[in-house]
Amino acid sequence: MGVDNSVTLESFCKNLKIEVIELTEDTMEFDMIGIDASLANAFRRILIAEVPTMAIENVLMVNNTSVIPDEVLAHRLGLIPLNADPKLFEYLSEHDTPNERNTIVFKLAVSCKKGSPRLTVKSDQLKWLPGGSELEMESPTPSAKPRTYTSFSRSQDSMPEFANKPLGVKHQDIIIDKLGPGQAIELEAHAVKGIGKVHAKWSPVATAWYRMLPEVILLKEIKGVDAEKLVKKCPVNVFDIEDVGKGGKKAVVANPRACTLCRECIRGVNEPQVELRRAKDHFI
Amino acid sequence: MEHGSLTDLSSSTFSLIDEDHTLANSVRFTLNQDPRVQFCGYSIPHPSDNKVNIRVQTTGDPAKDVLKDALQNLMLMCKHVRTTFDDTVNDFRATEKVEHIDINSDR
Repeated sequence: MGVDNSVTLESFCKNLKIEVIELTEDTMEFDMIGIDASLANAFRRILIAEVPTMAIENVLMVNNTSVIPDEVLAHRLGLIPLNADPKLFEYLSEHDTPNERNTIVFKLAVSCKKGSPRLTVKSDQLKWLPGGSELEMESPTPSAKPRTYTSFSRSQDSMPEFANKPLGVKHQDIIIDKLGPGQAIELEAHAVKGIGKVHAKWSPVATAWYRMLPEVILLKEIKGVDAEKLVKKCPVNVFDIEDVGKGGKKAVVANPRACTLCRECIRGVNEPQVELRRAKDHFI
Repeated sequence: MEHGSLTDLSSSTFSLIDEDHTLANSVRFTLNQDPRVQFCGYSIPHPSDNKVNIRVQTTGDPAKDVLKDALQNLMLMCKHVRTTFDDTVNDFRATEKVEHIDINSDR
């Protein structure tokens, strides 16, 4: 394989280098050097499938007279990304009661009056209910105090973690539904913690991928007119001209990172001048 | 679950439930680093069942211990990656903030 497999833990720790290329709120690009493909792939798989997030799971419908059926509307609600830190919540299993530590409750109540134009229901109309569910369950004894679908012992407003950052949806302009005149939606949505393996709505990333750094090696020195031709061939400007004394020009590899391995530089030339490979332990 | 012979502790197959390539490939990689290992490989009997079979053959040491060591090594490697990553991201954020401040002060 050309790779020494007897690497030990200390040499791994010494050789590992991570460089961050780009970091914004929504995307990140970084390089890992000195790591093996199996570990890089494991990180990618874990990012997609096993990092927990919060997403809407149970939807209690009170009224839905829109054209979109109940289950499709519930499916759409589940896919909306929420602005909630999953580390502050616990998992909810089948036997637990929903309480303020494992559920977030949202309410959506929209109606379109007769005579007004079509109304678009956007995700900013999902209101957070910090006090828990407002819908009452049917209780066997009518005189007893009505129970709601969640048993919040205290309002989530009062919890210190949520004091500064109210919970809500991440993007305010996601279209959930469209209502014609006389149609209405009233529902309550409960969001719980889960991982992407169970359902893709709980996957925290839109996607995650990696590629290995391409290595472009010039087998021979390419000078003069050939050098300029080579530079022109590459669609992403991997090569560059370096001026060697006496007006001669030499081609050098300036930006191997941008190489997409399209092999344009090899086409049309009779003898092999350029070799394209991938660096076995450099992952982008 | 371990399938092995009772007399020869140095080779056995471990069947792990609720695992997939994510763990199995990384464990196979760390097992390969160990000089005591003669052969190691993993297979997934059927993609619909969530099971992984890891085969370990060593040069004498019991396969259980070698697998345990490999898993420990994997945990330490991941911890190191995590600390390196956190440090790198913090440094990057710090340098970004500094640049922002510089731009503002020029105006």
